[in-house]
Amino acid sequence: MIKFDNVSKRYPGGHQALSQVDFELADGEMAFLTGRSGAGKSTLLKLIMLMETTSQGQIFVNGKNLSRMPKHRIPFYRRRIGVVFQDHQLLFDRNVFENVALPLQIEGYPKHEADRRVRAALDKVGLLKKEKMLPITLSGGEQQRIGIARAVVNRPQILLADEPTGNLDPELAAEIMKLFEQFNQVGVSMLIASHDLSLITRLQHRILTLDTGRLILDAHHTAATAQPVGGK
Amino acid sequence: MSKRRRETGAKTSNRTARGALQSHWQQHLKIASDSFKRLLQQPSASLMTIAVIGIALLLPSTLFVSMSNLNALSDSINGASKVTLYLHEEHTEGEALKISEQLLQREDVTTTEYISPAQAAEQFSVYSGLGDVIDALDENPLPGAIIVTPASIDADATQALATELAQLSIVDSMQLDLQWVERLQRFLQLVQRASTGLMLILALAVLFIVGNTIRLAIEGRRAEIVVVKLVGGTNSYVARPFLYAGAYYGLAGSILACILLAILMWAISGPARALLALYDSDFQLRTLGLSSTVFLLLIGTGLGWLGALISVRQHLSNIEP
Ligand SMILES: Nc1ncnc2c1ncn2[C@@H]1O[C@H](COP(=O)(O)OP(=O)(O)OP(=O)(O)O)[C@@H](O)[C@H]1O
Ligand SMILES: [Mg+2]
Repeated sequence: MIKFDNVSKRYPGGHQALSQVDFELADGEMAFLTGRSGAGKSTLLKLIMLMETTSQGQIFVNGKNLSRMPKHRIPFYRRRIGVVFQDHQLLFDRNVFENVALPLQIEGYPKHEADRRVRAALDKVGLLKKEKMLPITLSGGEQQRIGIARAVVNRPQILLADEPTGNLDPELAAEIMKLFEQFNQVGVSMLIASHDLSLITRLQHRILTLDTGRLILDAHHTAATAQPVGGK
Repeated sequence: MSKRRRETGAKTSNRTARGALQSHWQQHLKIASDSFKRLLQQPSASLMTIAVIGIALLLPSTLFVSMSNLNALSDSINGASKVTLYLHEEHTEGEALKISEQLLQREDVTTTEYISPAQAAEQFSVYSGLGDVIDALDENPLPGAIIVTPASIDADATQALATELAQLSIVDSMQLDLQWVERLQRFLQLVQRASTGLMLILALAVLFIVGNTIRLAIEGRRAEIVVVKLVGGTNSYVARPFLYAGAYYGLAGSILACILLAILMWAISGPARALLALYDSDFQLRTLGLSSTVFLLLIGTGLGWLGALISVRQHLSNIEP
């Protein structure tokens, strides 16, 4: 589903954020991406979203080489990927409901269908009662959950999440992770960046560990989703 | 790929296809009303832009109305232009009246009027206020005259008629006051050219004003644009509200121009009527008219939309997540 082939990323300032990263995430697989702050987790996810471009190497998503993707295809490509951003990326002049409805609105869903899906997504993250509120009036954890609802509302093939539980208390964090596992069980491929090691080791999924831009560890926990290390 | 997901996927695409058309219009309507609300949210910025557009559109529309009035006026003056035939001194009143009758039979003549030397003297003293001068003279120095109104309003035809009538033996000299009408028409042609050029320049000005306003709006909503693009908004989706805004600005500006023009017309209608009545008593002052008003509104809206489009093309693609 997602394949990194010897990918390096050097930012314009000269900082080497990723060095020769090689891994493959199978269709329907769930994996965590961990590493210390500044290790390059967000950079790796941004490369998949085409928010940044690779300096070296190639990324394939669903068999398509991202560096060859024409500019006008990018929006349609992004629609198939749900993303929870580390910095939330919400619209602060729209209420919770409208924020979550945005991807559906962009895709042109009929209103009743969109409303139904938005409510379902809000219900899953426990924000149904706050749908009329503006994001700015909500707590950090609640804002994060708006981002999660928005990421899953159009049932993407792939879900990327950057510190989705960073602002949540342990109980809520575990709940959100359980929600992610449910999505994974209906076939959504997942890549979740997190440095909450105690939480993610408990969950028994594959863990990719980055250290100053290098992939230093690729640990598989369950036999069902195991891939040979460095496998293509 | 898991079986379960495939099923949900199929169901989804079916549903989307069925509601697609209805939803397309829903989407447009929503964006249209959202961007309208946004204009109302920042009334001062919007009003400034609308005022400038209104004034920029007012100038050419005022010119257009003035031109159409002057054109109509010059036509009616031309139609009213008269040939004055001054008669030899030795003619008798009977002769003159007979000639006058004969001329009236011609196809190219509408009316004739004989003015005897005595009547001429009377008119002279009334209009010039120099009646004493005439009285002081032993003999009336003014000749009799026949005033002929040509049937045609065409300047060339009138000229030909006048030249022909000047050949009559009773006629001493002929006078045709066509020259200033011709000059007026030449002048109007010149103004028409100049105003076409001016209209193009002002249309450009409207494009710039709207373009700049939209550029500022895009800058102000940069963060929002990034978010929309991140969740899969295309350039044209992101552009749509700005295009609507541009069209609204243009429409509001042209409505303002219409209102200002109506006020202007109302303010000058009194004096203008009095002035025009001197030339042509039953001349009607022309307003913009329905079709020209609709045209102005369409042009204004179109220019606003175009200005926004240019701005969007320049600035939107630079904003990438
Ligand atoms: N736009 C940028 N320009 C230049 N350098 C950048 C940019 N974004 C990130 N970096 C650098 O790249 C490195 C990796 O950053 P990244 O955001 O991927 O780390 P991270 O693993 O997500 O960290 P955190 O856990 O704190 O979110 C950092 O050292 C950072 O300074
Ligand atoms: Mg990060």
